[in-house]
Amino acid sequence: MSAAEPLLRVEDLRVEFPSEDGVVHAVDGITYQVFPGRTLGIVGESGSGKTVSSLTALGLTRRQGARISGRILFEGQDLLTLSEDSMRAIRGNDIAMVFQDPLSSLHPLYKVGRQLTEAVRAHRDVSKSAARERAIELLGLVGIPDPSGRVDQYPHEFSGGMRQRVMIAMALANEPKLLFADEPTTALDVTVQAQILALMERLQRELGMAIVIITHDLGVVAEMADEIAVMYAGRIVETTSAARLFASPEHPYTWGLLKSIPRLDSLRDEDLVPIPGTPPSLINPPSGCHFHPRCPYAQPDHSRIDPALEPVPDEPTHHVACLLESDVRRRLWEQLGEGKTPEQALVGVGLPGAAT
Amino acid sequence: MSAAASEPLARVRDLVKHFPITRGIVIQRKIGAVRAVDGVSFDIERGETLGIVGETGCGKSTTAKLIMRLLEATSGEIDFEGTDITRVKGARLKAIRREVQMIFQDPYSSLNPRKTIGSIIAEPFAIHGLLREKGERKREVQRLMETVGLNPEHYNRYPHEFSGGQRQRIGVARALALNPKLLIADEPVSALDVSIQAQVLNLLRDLQRRLGLTIVFIAHDLSVVRHMCDRVAVMYLGKIVELGPNDALYSFPRHPYTGALLAAVPVADPSLHGSERRPLSGDVPSPANPPSGCRFHTRCPKAQPLCSTQDPVLEDKGSGTMVACHYPLDQEEVAAMGVRSAR
Repeated sequence: MSAAEPLLRVEDLRVEFPSEDGVVHAVDGITYQVFPGRTLGIVGESGSGKTVSSLTALGLTRRQGARISGRILFEGQDLLTLSEDSMRAIRGNDIAMVFQDPLSSLHPLYKVGRQLTEAVRAHRDVSKSAARERAIELLGLVGIPDPSGRVDQYPHEFSGGMRQRVMIAMALANEPKLLFADEPTTALDVTVQAQILALMERLQRELGMAIVIITHDLGVVAEMADEIAVMYAGRIVETTSAARLFASPEHPYTWGLLKSIPRLDSLRDEDLVPIPGTPPSLINPPSGCHFHPRCPYAQPDHSRIDPALEPVPDEPTHHVACLLESDVRRRLWEQLGEGKTPEQALVGVGLPGAAT
Repeated sequence: MSAAASEPLARVRDLVKHFPITRGIVIQRKIGAVRAVDGVSFDIERGETLGIVGETGCGKSTTAKLIMRLLEATSGEIDFEGTDITRVKGARLKAIRREVQMIFQDPYSSLNPRKTIGSIIAEPFAIHGLLREKGERKREVQRLMETVGLNPEHYNRYPHEFSGGQRQRIGVARALALNPKLLIADEPVSALDVSIQAQVLNLLRDLQRRLGLTIVFIAHDLSVVRHMCDRVAVMYLGKIVELGPNDALYSFPRHPYTGALLAAVPVADPSLHGSERRPLSGDVPSPANPPSGCRFHTRCPKAQPLCSTQDPVLEDKGSGTMVACHYPLDQEEVAAMGVRSAR
């Protein structure tokens, strides 16, 4: 895939919001790319900057007084330099989005059909009846039974899963090349989540669009993503292929995430290893490596030196921002894989204990 | 399953809760009922963690509220050590309330922002008129704070000074204050970040072992329930469709709904992401007008004519769980569904 030109390339993006308590560094210099027809998963907890970075790519943080720097190249064009009008022509047309909560993203007083035709007519000069035909076709495409009847219903007449299908239909109205899906299934039950994920995969195959899926759920990205970027405190701390991220993760934060979720396919009595502490403030992020206050493997100088996102030796597509040596990281992950605690793993590789 | 020989702590029998649907503002007429819980029976054994799983609207939280007596049951009984919780009044109800405590889902809205942590955790003592001597009460509160991993010196701080995970610890400390016989945890980690969830789950598991607590653990996350619980009840539209020991239920689910739920859980391992899954189609029907016969028959891939006419009873089908199904899954079908916890 690396031969193809990326559809979207985000370069050193920074987004800051001035607030009463100080400047919030929501996104602190991230770089990633998305290739046509592929899926990038962005994983992180609340406050990691995963949503803000995508809203910025869609031009939706401008009005909130955000200070934005860096470049967001979509098919070679820097979206940050576009006027609000040109941005509006792209948003909902070439780039579309699906939000977490389908109930608050649909207007409760308008029929679903009207909201869909609006999405079509915002970008295409078509008649109302043609737009309505398109709306019915879209509802059918996302698997809503009886689309020509449902088109005249209101959002409250749809269940949660059906509403999310409507949101996806709306996003697909103009056959976008790129779809941002921000926690698209978090508000849904597991069986409905499975339906929506299967739907997104099918539509991606049929329409060839690229997807950026933003979620905190490692299971969802494992199912959906080709590449994954892990965000922490406004930065990408690790990025690689989905297969590699789960098989040989190299960042201690990624280990923490993987070890802190119970899994259906693991031994039941396996203890969870929580990440100590809490996510940091984005107004005064920790010095040096942002993760060092919570990292069991942090060494004294990690609070001074800020790690860059660098390729792992012999793995040009696997980037990690960690100050530990790569072979130390690999040995630590081996030890964790054997069921050792972080403290035991430290002893196992002969590192001094964490400097906390 | 530590105390299987003794009497169960509580027996729930044919528990029903219908919420009336009314029309009219001044003169209200009852035009129907949401059958939130519709005939549920199970035991709560001493010292066990009993999980109740199911999707939105299956009645799991309503069941919890009925056990807490936060709702009045329409019919049925909850025998708690010889007392029927659904019918007690006055002083005896207050006594029962001491024995059953709850941990809530949202640690942000379940703590009074204007009260200090110390007074929040001491609230149960105040309500029940215990430990009236101030120094004694403070010592007990600080002991509780230590038990749940909070710094006792933070006694005079306010909830906003704590993170989500720490707030949930405060909620746990408050629930433990009266040394209850039964703890009900309703989605205790679903509002927390992934890294924090594990802290709270480990705390609950540790407390359960150390203090021999009996916990009813309600959650929609099947992986979390598997991690935490000894026995699991799966609910669908107000009924229990399958009930059994954790290992049996997860390794050999018999009810097609249990199988579908387990197959739908995304697993954090792309190498297991092999054959394309066939998600359950359709939505959960309205509990105001549930399907006839087996309530799952409208979505069940194995449904036969019998299923739409006859409601199956919850019974032992020889694999360790109780299952309410006319045509339970066999091992091949479970494997074909892609259930990741299957043996």
